[in-house]
Amino acid sequence: MGYKPELLATCGTLDELKALAEAGCDAFLLGEEKYGMRLPGEFSPELIAEAVSFARPRDIKIYVCVNNLMDNTKLPDLPGYLQKMGEIGVDGIEFGDPSVLMHARKLLPNMPLHWNAEMTSTNHGTANYWGRRGATRVVLARELNMDEVTAMMPELEVEAQVQVHGMTNIYHSKRSLVHSYMANQGRPVEDDNVGLSRGLYLIEAERRDERFPIYEDSNGTHIMSSGDICILEDLHLLLEAGVQSFKIEGILKSPAYNVAAARAYRKAIDAFVADPQEYAFDEAWLDEIRDLQDPNRELSFGFFYKEQVY
Amino acid sequence: METTQQTPIQTKPQHKGKRYRLDKPELLAPAGNLEKLKFAVHYGADAVYIGGQKYGLRSNADNFSFEEMKEGVEFAKKYGAKVFVATNIYAHEEDLDGIAEYLGKLQEAGIAAIITADPVIVETAKTAAPEIEVHLSTQQSTLNWQAVQFWKEEGLPRVVLGRETSLEEIAEIKANVDIEIESFVHGAMCSSYSGRCVLSNHFTDRDSNRGGCCQSCRWKYDLFENPAPEGEWVSEEQQFDDNEGNPLFKPEDNAFTMGSKDLCMLGSIPDLIEVGIDSFKVEGRMKSIHYVATVVNVYRQAIDSYMADPENYVLKPEWMEELNKAANRPLNTGFFYDTPDHEDHIYEPEEKAVPYDFAGLVLDYDEAAGIATIQQRNHFKPGTEIEFFGPDGTFFKQTVGTIWDEEGNELDAARHPMQHVRIKVDQPLRYFDMMRKRNAKK
Repeated sequence: MGYKPELLATCGTLDELKALAEAGCDAFLLGEEKYGMRLPGEFSPELIAEAVSFARPRDIKIYVCVNNLMDNTKLPDLPGYLQKMGEIGVDGIEFGDPSVLMHARKLLPNMPLHWNAEMTSTNHGTANYWGRRGATRVVLARELNMDEVTAMMPELEVEAQVQVHGMTNIYHSKRSLVHSYMANQGRPVEDDNVGLSRGLYLIEAERRDERFPIYEDSNGTHIMSSGDICILEDLHLLLEAGVQSFKIEGILKSPAYNVAAARAYRKAIDAFVADPQEYAFDEAWLDEIRDLQDPNRELSFGFFYKEQVY
Repeated sequence: METTQQTPIQTKPQHKGKRYRLDKPELLAPAGNLEKLKFAVHYGADAVYIGGQKYGLRSNADNFSFEEMKEGVEFAKKYGAKVFVATNIYAHEEDLDGIAEYLGKLQEAGIAAIITADPVIVETAKTAAPEIEVHLSTQQSTLNWQAVQFWKEEGLPRVVLGRETSLEEIAEIKANVDIEIESFVHGAMCSSYSGRCVLSNHFTDRDSNRGGCCQSCRWKYDLFENPAPEGEWVSEEQQFDDNEGNPLFKPEDNAFTMGSKDLCMLGSIPDLIEVGIDSFKVEGRMKSIHYVATVVNVYRQAIDSYMADPENYVLKPEWMEELNKAANRPLNTGFFYDTPDHEDHIYEPEEKAVPYDFAGLVLDYDEAAGIATIQQRNHFKPGTEIEFFGPDGTFFKQTVGTIWDEEGNELDAARHPMQHVRIKVDQPLRYFDMMRKRNAKK
């Protein structure tokens, strides 16, 4: 049938990208903090160009993350940045804010545009709405369940990307919450070191065994999930539904861990594509991930099988 | 759309030297139920926003049926006020089917606008309810003028900006796009970008973007760090070696929380008007009648006072005192002037109780006898210190004297909810004036 889903990852460095490519990823989402949110590392346009030269001969796609919540100050440099991405020859732009869509349509008429508003990409009607305005793909909210995702697939006029592994953002504020808290307690943060590498986390009073990573950057404060999604065991359901892109979120993980995840999903995808009828999940695929899994973080199905009420 | 009460006036250019003619902004108030709607409108709201039975973000609120909506619209019409409905969820597949029918019924009920975040509802409204205006909800976190321009080109007459926009940014948006801008000016705030928080989903399996928010941002947390050399990337394998995190708090410290102080822009009415915000929005569909009436009353007076004579406008201290009688959290100015910092969150253990309670509604006033008929809304008795307030600045304090029931029997206290009682009052009152008493718990 020619169904060849993509295995996409985020990564912190060019070396990690190469290692993940080796492990079987055939698409990457890269970018910089100014335009993209919650990236594991900074990729300047020069580094993105390097990534593209590495990727192109290997038939690997490089997408650039421009999904920040844009304020007025971000607007003047935006067209130049998009133009540059066009010149570098990246394979797609991920956006959330309509300002990016407007510029991209004008400046890069043939560029694939992936709509990623994270928590708010929750139904096919809205995905198709953005599709009619130029988007070619929707990145689905991680809060959707399996039934919702599979029911949506036949209705979509755009491609779908689903996060299958790793942590997710669960709260984003423009406020500097760690700085504010420490200052309020009379011990202000002096070295400004409250970023990704600091290893900060929150524990809620009544959930002592769950650790929620928290960090600040120029986009504000980010709180991340206490567990990691891992849907490998049921990946066939998403494969049968025809999801076009599977994402491994690499933020706050070691390259070795991400490589292990990539290998596992690559095996599953290849096995399915080779023979969907005979496909069977192999528990051993998970071994390497489990070996490297932080014992303080649960590997779970995320919201895929959770009943949510409101 | 034009706001209902435009009062073009001449004034000196103040903000960025641009605006010579100031439009009177709309005062937009929350109404959690029909009764609150009536109070909000009577106390001076130009428009109210309510929730229906579906698609709104306050699934716990006492939401409106279509019949109640019609009644609310009829009531508001007498005051020249409008009724908006919040349809501000991010829809899931199961929500899609009924949207068109629901919006059609809102149109039938005479609803003037929906406040919507999800484009699928924006799009459905165009065909299902073409007479209803679509206002883009703050849940979209719209922060820049090109995004506002996008929504204008999509046919929307109004955008409710993200609460993170500053006055300066709003000025820039107004300078670049000819569209109505609505901003929250008073009430509780998400500390996250609205819509970009799923804490409730993770903690309680309640979907915050469909009305299930359980306010986990106001819970208490402890802040730790993984023991790691500062500034160095440490792999997770290394991190496991020492399983104990370092607490970044001391035993005597307050806990970490994301909870924000509440927004209050009463002190900045001239800035808000001069920058050209078209609609001043008060938060609080879950708040009490007393809260809504008090807040609307104060903002009404401040806006009218400024519009009547901008040159000589002064912020009256009694307005602030009034607001404080309904407030249960400390207040700040949000992002309008600066990004909130360590003084803008609530780390202290307890929120204070609302200092005053709604004690009675004035139903009638007998001028000759100086006696008011009051519908009891909370316990009071002879000797209770009370205050009366109403629209147009009615305000006085007195002590409760003799209380009679409708048959003229003397009562030792007004104990029964909604009972009609009579008391002597020091000044004239009107139907809809309110009586409050100091909350005994303080």
